[in-house]
Amino acid sequence: MASGKREKFDNPVVEWIDSRLPVFTLMQKEYGVFPTPKNFNYFWNFGAIAMVMLVTMIITGVVLAMQYTAHADLAFESVQRIMRDVNYGWMLRYLHMNGASFFFIAVYIHIFRGMYYGSYKQPRELLWILGVLIFLLMMATAFLGYTLPWSQMGGWGATVITNLFSAIPGIGDTLVTFLWGGFSVDNPTLKRFFALHFLLPFVIFAVVFLHVWALHITGSNNPLGVEPKTKKDTIPFHPYYTVKDTFGLLVFLMLYVLVSFFLPYIFAHPDHFVEYNPMQTPAHIVPEWYFLPFYAILRAITFDIGIPFTDIVFIEAKLGGVLAMFGAVGVLFILPWLDTHPVRSARFRPLYRLSLIALVAAVFGLGYVGAQAAEGIWVILGQLLTGYYFLFFFVIVPVLSRIEKATPVPESINAAVLEKKKKKA
Amino acid sequence: MKNTAIIIFVSVLMLGAIVQSDKSLAAGGHETHMENLEWSFDGPFGTYDRGALQRGLQVYRQVCSACHSMKHMYYRNIGALGYNEAQVKAIASEYMVEDGPDDEGEMFSRPGKPSDRFVSPFPNRKAATYANNGAFPPDLSLITKARAGGADYVYSILTGYEHAPKDAHLLDGQYWNKAMAGNVIAMAPPLADGMIAYEDGTAETVEQYSRDVAHFLTWAAAPDMEERKRIGIMTLLFLAVFASIMYAVKRKVWSDLKK
Amino acid sequence: MATKAPSKPQQSETRRDFLYLTAGAFGAVGAASFAWPFIDSMNPAKDTLALATVEVDLSPIQVGQSAKVTWQGKPVFIRHRTPEEIARAEGVDVSALRDKQADADRVEKPEWLVMIGLCTHLGCIPLGQKPTDPKGDFDGWFCPCHGSHYDISGRIRKGPAPKNLAIPPYEFLNDTTLKIG
Repeated sequence: MASGKREKFDNPVVEWIDSRLPVFTLMQKEYGVFPTPKNFNYFWNFGAIAMVMLVTMIITGVVLAMQYTAHADLAFESVQRIMRDVNYGWMLRYLHMNGASFFFIAVYIHIFRGMYYGSYKQPRELLWILGVLIFLLMMATAFLGYTLPWSQMGGWGATVITNLFSAIPGIGDTLVTFLWGGFSVDNPTLKRFFALHFLLPFVIFAVVFLHVWALHITGSNNPLGVEPKTKKDTIPFHPYYTVKDTFGLLVFLMLYVLVSFFLPYIFAHPDHFVEYNPMQTPAHIVPEWYFLPFYAILRAITFDIGIPFTDIVFIEAKLGGVLAMFGAVGVLFILPWLDTHPVRSARFRPLYRLSLIALVAAVFGLGYVGAQAAEGIWVILGQLLTGYYFLFFFVIVPVLSRIEKATPVPESINAAVLEKKKKKA
Repeated sequence: MKNTAIIIFVSVLMLGAIVQSDKSLAAGGHETHMENLEWSFDGPFGTYDRGALQRGLQVYRQVCSACHSMKHMYYRNIGALGYNEAQVKAIASEYMVEDGPDDEGEMFSRPGKPSDRFVSPFPNRKAATYANNGAFPPDLSLITKARAGGADYVYSILTGYEHAPKDAHLLDGQYWNKAMAGNVIAMAPPLADGMIAYEDGTAETVEQYSRDVAHFLTWAAAPDMEERKRIGIMTLLFLAVFASIMYAVKRKVWSDLKK
Repeated sequence: MATKAPSKPQQSETRRDFLYLTAGAFGAVGAASFAWPFIDSMNPAKDTLALATVEVDLSPIQVGQSAKVTWQGKPVFIRHRTPEEIARAEGVDVSALRDKQADADRVEKPEWLVMIGLCTHLGCIPLGQKPTDPKGDFDGWFCPCHGSHYDISGRIRKGPAPKNLAIPPYEFLNDTTLKIG
């Protein structure tokens, strides 16, 4: 951001501003001529898409907050007023509630992209860690927002998730009482959830800024995982990727609009439309779909962990489940140090690729298990898949880092692109 | 192209998993029988049938409203069913609404106005539960969203009363209903053929009453549906054209790289 | 980067410009239509609009008494004027007023003065409703915020306010029922 060398702009107004505050030079540098690998595929759209979803969530959220009342007696009613009386209130709410799902869809694909092409590897470790932090903040924000309509599902979801903290030895119960601001999920809980739900997206925005900043220091990874070497390997970000991102974004928005306007309840459960009753738990409590894999991991630990054939228990099942669930996200933070293989892209690592695809299948499987009642075959399946999840990170990835022989990696991006063209011709 | 295929595949898989998980939630432990009807509001172009809505309102007012509140509805809302302002006023004024306090600090009753909420049959939840043998009659404003199956569920419950099988143990005030989860319901069969007089010559049967009131309750839960679909179609068309143009722009911009 | 110039530069440029322009226009229209629901959501909602009229029973208000009712969240002054007050209101030389308005243009029935009780200066509520209130130099209403004096027709006579007190839309449904709005 140093204003050392600056080229003059033709437009006098732009020039006047830029010579005092070089925002145009900055934009030109970071989004205009910014050298970007020329071989991105459509997976590289999802960062921009996630950014647009974040902004959409913030603006729909701010407008909804102008109408919403964060009070246990009035919250459900105020949401109904938004749906029925506020001009376009129904539209804003559908866009907000389904927007959360589409934000997660974009981010999950974005994370998968990072894992498949090794985008977390040196020198992008910090970029990756900031990304995982964004993911964690998103999960917190989504959970808090789930409570706000004060429905059966929201209120009981809040009860169950806050009760996770009671597993912490010693201070658990005190901590949960503190989180609630009382002895059950009630008005004080709702009000603090609302305040935090309003605040966190702006924290996310700040971390996204750091994430993008880090990206513009290291430059983007690419499907080959080979760093650009010469000018021939890169193209300016604008217009090539601005138009490509816009096109991809529009296709994504079509799906988003399709769901929001024609299937607005596809992600919702009937208990979202019953006002919260602290005296009656609904028959099935399920979190939103984007939490289901983690929910399944939580429920997979049904056994105490200690010394076999004795009564000595180190970790009770309840605490074990909580640790496993948080561990499942936490392990992503250290992924850059678990996978030390010199080749980035899974394209040239057949074994890693296979294990990663198996991991994706396991996560889908866990999502399915998470939606089932915790009994019979689902418990065992959940445990097997949870086992694979951690096996992948703690055994497969470190071992493959040492033993896997990569297939030949192209010398440069340009060489690979020319090669591909030759084959086509 | 290969990657586009992967993205589509992953998205379909995700949606599939979600829909599947939803279905599996709906299945209860007992044998329940749910009807699956065709409704005019089905599908991306579906709309409400004003005649059915007006008849459904009549069924609600004459039967359901004896026990079930609709506290999120206002009398002004029924203007959307095709009533004019005078008719809405007339219907609202048939109800007595508690208002106040007046200048002397007393609460008083007055005829309803369009800006009043639907009058609830009981003053509060506890009174409603007490008056109904301990079974709270749920508020109906959102019932088709709050029950899996929606309009089909309402119809199935209202037409699902049967003689209890011999091995069933029903307590006093319980009834056998094939559509209810667990088959035991605390609501007495509310409808009977001919009990409501329709003015438009529609059949006065339990099936028709049930259909109409289910239609009405679907509207009450989602009065935004028609506007939502209309705006949705316009938005999708706009985005489709915009995306096509953007695709052409992208091809054009990238074409100079290909040379 | 472009390695070769396009074969037909001019035609290609035109086509590219056309596509850019169309895409830009779509973007602008899309952004504008997307913005509208957000803006409109801040306009009064249906429940607010449904309360846009109030009916007032006038029978308890004796001659010489005032009442204050709420309409659209604003205070409305209703004064049952005495014959002396009506004569005083009508006897003013209109051409000398800041906001020239005859008393007859401000009332439906001379004995009932109905007006919005917000000072036209900066929106305070003027005093003068209660018998004990200061009524200003013209024996009508007096705004304590910045010292505006109104006469018994609610017209501005002295002080910073630019206009007479506003008259809400109203009608008499019968002799004792007033509908405001």
